[in-house]
Amino acid sequence: MSKPKRPETKLVPVPSVNKVPERDVNKSPILECRNLGIDFGGLTAVNEFNMAIGRTEIAGLIGPNGAGKTTVFNMLTKVYQPTRGTILLDGIDTHNMTTVQVNRAGIARTFQNIRLFDNLSVEDNVKIGMHNHIRYSAASSIFRLPGYWKGERLAHESALELLHIFDMEDLADAKAGSLPYGAQRRLEIVRALATNPSLLLLDEPAAGMNPSETADLMENIVKIRDTFQIAILLIEHDMNLVMGICEGICVLNFGQIIAKGTPSEIQNNPEVIKAYLGDQKEV
Amino acid sequence: MEFLSYLINGISMGSIYAIIALGYTMVYGIAKMLNFAHGDVIMVGGYVSFYATSYATAQLLGEDPSAMAVGMATLVSVLLAMLVCTVLGVIIEGLAYRPLRQAGSLAVLITAIGVSYFLQNAAQLLFGANPKNFTPVVGGQLTFFDGQLRISYVALLTVVACVVIMVGLTVFTGQSKMGKAMRACSEDKGAAQLMGINVNRTISMTFAIGSALAAIAGVLLCSYSPVLKPTTGSMPGIKAFTAAVFGGIGSIPGAFLGGLLLGIIEAIAQAYISTQLSNAILFAVLIVVLLVKPSGLLGKYVPEKV
Repeated sequence: MSKPKRPETKLVPVPSVNKVPERDVNKSPILECRNLGIDFGGLTAVNEFNMAIGRTEIAGLIGPNGAGKTTVFNMLTKVYQPTRGTILLDGIDTHNMTTVQVNRAGIARTFQNIRLFDNLSVEDNVKIGMHNHIRYSAASSIFRLPGYWKGERLAHESALELLHIFDMEDLADAKAGSLPYGAQRRLEIVRALATNPSLLLLDEPAAGMNPSETADLMENIVKIRDTFQIAILLIEHDMNLVMGICEGICVLNFGQIIAKGTPSEIQNNPEVIKAYLGDQKEV
Repeated sequence: MEFLSYLINGISMGSIYAIIALGYTMVYGIAKMLNFAHGDVIMVGGYVSFYATSYATAQLLGEDPSAMAVGMATLVSVLLAMLVCTVLGVIIEGLAYRPLRQAGSLAVLITAIGVSYFLQNAAQLLFGANPKNFTPVVGGQLTFFDGQLRISYVALLTVVACVVIMVGLTVFTGQSKMGKAMRACSEDKGAAQLMGINVNRTISMTFAIGSALAAIAGVLLCSYSPVLKPTTGSMPGIKAFTAAVFGGIGSIPGAFLGGLLLGIIEAIAQAYISTQLSNAILFAVLIVVLLVKPSGLLGKYVPEKV
């Protein structure tokens, strides 16, 4: 399961990049976006997006609808190729990587509209995430050689271990499509974790959840970070969640970053208030 | 007794359709495209096996070869046919279909028809238009009831091969890592990619398996009706496609059931109604089934997402 060694890179400070949490300061950031931008035809969807995420940071990406948050995720995962700028994942430029390669290099994500493999079982969904870590040849799966049983047993065990994070082991044999909505959202996180990421992108993980489910989710996101020592970047509209667990927040509006900082800084930022509530007229 | 022999005939012909239909259905299920060149890959498999066997008989085996040596030569020729077809399938997919992955399904369909004609004409150029006389991979037959009922070994082999392939494929797609990756690609290619699954490689793998099956089907088909010409594959290919639709395209047990039923209906229609009309009857049954159950016998009805 070990990842290929990456060359040590020197961290070149970029003035426009935000601060990372205290404990991550001395390590190079897991993700760094420099002047990232994308155009669709004549429309600039995202422009001059600069952001750094510490190795164990929980960061938030917020903004009004249509601000370009999911577009940023799509650029990070190479679903879209950025028009401008650089993405450094653990110091490595992802410019020439495909979606699959970016995933192998350590970015996993969930989706705003759930995209599980509905007809596969919960366990198989998780195993799909492990696809690149299960090692046995096609021949040993057809002839049921020991390699197959060993690989499958390891995969089964780690799948149950991952499902345990959300207490979902009992649902392992259920069809993913038959799960209730909240459980589907949780399974998407487990499936993403199964790819062994160093950066987890969560696209509106709390969408459609009730307050108690959201509270559980918040605890679990922190637990995931603590257990796996990974960075998490999340898009979310639920301000309780964002302000509650994010250490750094980045606010997008019309494809531009309008504010960056800690939750308290963001809450008091006039630009942010304007973007969310509109211009307040003096009475 | 007559009926029984027609039935057995139908089952073994149906098994060949089923093996071909499995190739159609796997490719459709995963790549969501109709590979109309599949039938012609069968023909290529037949030719490779034919030439390999002829070469072995003429050059390698002596005047009076032992049964063992002939059996080995046949086995090697079948394996060679599978190898060539697998490579051919992967090449066809890479050259003709992969560049069209983002294109509309109509463009891919027309390309598939083009590949089909290309293979037929290339075979005519390479192997000539004259039919070749294919030697069945196994000869002989079992006789029952004082010779009233005959079952050829080829028929038995076909049925056994079909069942083995069907079970093997079901286990492979259900339980192996690659099989699961195939099912994931079939459901959502984008999400599969984001989970680190190489979609192009998975689709190539599907074509490889489908084409290897086509080679087996080619050898069995030519053993059954031993005339081999460049268009040998096209009619069985279309009938097997029908069988796949009949059983529910995308479903492995569906292709198996569809193939068998198609073979039986065809044999019974030829025997009791009319040889000339048998194809018409076959397709009429297909139309009726699709009117009643548009997704095929075992297919799942997938509502259009809005």
